[in-house]
Amino acid sequence: MEPASHGLRESATFDRATIHAIQRAADTGIYDIRGWGAKRRLPHFDDLLLLGASMSRYPLEGYRERCDTDVVLGARHARNPLRLATPVTIAGMSFGALSAQAKEALGRGASEVGTSTTTGDGGMTPEERGHSKHLVYQYLPSRYGMNPDDLRAADAIEVVLGQGAKPGGGGMLLGQKVTERVAGMRTLPVGVDQRSACRHPDWTGPDDLAIKILELREITDWEKPVYVKVGATRTYYDVKLAVHAGADVVVVDGMQGGTAATQDVFIEHVGIPTLAALPQAVRALRELGVHREVQLIVSGGIRSGADMAKALALGADAVAVGTAALIALGDNHPRYDAEYRRLGSAAGYFDDYQDGRDPAGISTQDPDLAARLDPVEGGRRLANFLRVMTMEAQTLARACGKSHLLHLEPEDLVALTIESAAMARVPLAGTDWIPGAGL
Amino acid sequence: MATLIDLATTPVRELNAALHAPDAEAGAWRVLNPRGAHAVACGIRDDLGVDIEGHVGYYCAGMNQRATVTVHGNAGTGVAENMMSGTVRVRGNASQSAGATAHGGLLVIDGDAAARCGISMKGVDIVVGGNVGHMSAFMGQAGRLVVCGDAGDALGDSLYEARIYVRGAVRSLGADCVEKEMRGEHLAELAELLKAAERDEDPGEFRRYGSARTLYHFKVDNSTAY
Repeated sequence: MEPASHGLRESATFDRATIHAIQRAADTGIYDIRGWGAKRRLPHFDDLLLLGASMSRYPLEGYRERCDTDVVLGARHARNPLRLATPVTIAGMSFGALSAQAKEALGRGASEVGTSTTTGDGGMTPEERGHSKHLVYQYLPSRYGMNPDDLRAADAIEVVLGQGAKPGGGGMLLGQKVTERVAGMRTLPVGVDQRSACRHPDWTGPDDLAIKILELREITDWEKPVYVKVGATRTYYDVKLAVHAGADVVVVDGMQGGTAATQDVFIEHVGIPTLAALPQAVRALRELGVHREVQLIVSGGIRSGADMAKALALGADAVAVGTAALIALGDNHPRYDAEYRRLGSAAGYFDDYQDGRDPAGISTQDPDLAARLDPVEGGRRLANFLRVMTMEAQTLARACGKSHLLHLEPEDLVALTIESAAMARVPLAGTDWIPGAGL
Repeated sequence: MATLIDLATTPVRELNAALHAPDAEAGAWRVLNPRGAHAVACGIRDDLGVDIEGHVGYYCAGMNQRATVTVHGNAGTGVAENMMSGTVRVRGNASQSAGATAHGGLLVIDGDAAARCGISMKGVDIVVGGNVGHMSAFMGQAGRLVVCGDAGDALGDSLYEARIYVRGAVRSLGADCVEKEMRGEHLAELAELLKAAERDEDPGEFRRYGSARTLYHFKVDNSTAY
């Protein structure tokens, strides 16, 4: 029987997921830990539309005229900035959270299209260094696996203050994924439920961060771009402080950004949407006179060339993908549906990255499961996805008359909802109304 | 003869570049007038000996590999942070987070160390001649912390496998840190550490602290500890 067809009504307040969450808490006595990012509906790039050229703007021929995509990241202070062929990068994801094969596939796919990939909370593996043309090395509170040789081997350094899925929270990796290799890289007992610190151990506040960045530059002889990554919360202030601390690049990760393991309550209730954070970051950079000099990378729910084009139009210099990259590798693929269902999930719903039993072989350290992911094939699939994203963004940019993706501008956008108009600070479609403008 | 660098006239950046150069002069280096400068002698990766004549700021000898660095003065925050190997010695006192996250080598502080000494230590040996501040060895994963004086509040909070030896009083122990039996092998390793640090305290006067390992797994029973 379909309950709705018999007049039964589901509570909007106590919907089925909420009822299940209460029952689960009562059964287990512990909060729900899961992967993925925020699942609630949020104002997002879907709520914006691009204004193609017509009488007042001149479009570019879709298959004839150039629309360049290259971007330089980190030229503010670094001797060797990153020169990427396309402004979509791979966000930080750890070996430990992901299998070595998945990390290798991410490196292969990113390198094939001339963009960067990023380590995570667990150090740098030879697989990802070897297969990543441009590798960003994360500098996290835990400092797991942190060593100066890897720092010097990196192409850029990303000081991580937080991530969109859990701003203000440290990482976790449950014991089933803390295998001998993972534990060895992190100097931890095998099988421990690993907790990562939420604060850096040797600095607090922006003044200290400036000295920390100075140290990292000194250790690497001022060669590497230094990024500062923040989870989106008080983004306007965080970006200003990051610039003052000396960042070459600021990374802002909205609350739709993914995680391998975090409390559900944290994922769904802390942080602000990517769409709300991005204009704050751009305003901060503009006010400091460093927009485009300090590059802005935006992540958190980026899924397509449309998302990329809209983010760039709002003022980002590049976007980063995490969850979308894993989906490109094979995460949540229908061919694993029967196995997902045996784990209590289904294709399209699977978010138990913390559990280590990922049928797709991506978020696991089980050697048999991990062997399912062919890094070469995974890399090819990711490269395809990144190429499609880039071509989609070019298609939209040409329609707006832009010969470079970075020429997209806020004037190319309108909003579909009052909320998105207020957040993105572009007019509601068909009006010249930007809620809150001029206040 | 020591290579002399005077930070009154030479920027720190030039000093570090010289210390990092593949043809860096092996043997002794003397650094004058540090005047609290930050990131002095960080990122060295060779068998150099560096004597710094005065006080240094943050992150002196950060990420050190193989070198022996001696600070003839006090050190600011994060001295020898993330050291991999070698020896760093502070003749005076050290500010907070001394030896933070260090993976190896020996850090000796002749005076006192402030809060969070040895935080997230990952294999380093730290010997402090005086006292250490609160939250020392917080989340310490591996290595040994020896305190010849007293320890502040919450010593060894959320400790993993680092071992702590304290000669004086411990104001309080952090979550999951407990006193443990001092057996023969511990007396022997402590004697070695004291000898390496050129100290003459009697190992028999110390107490040993380590992890009770009750927080290694997320359990509802531990809810009050989280």
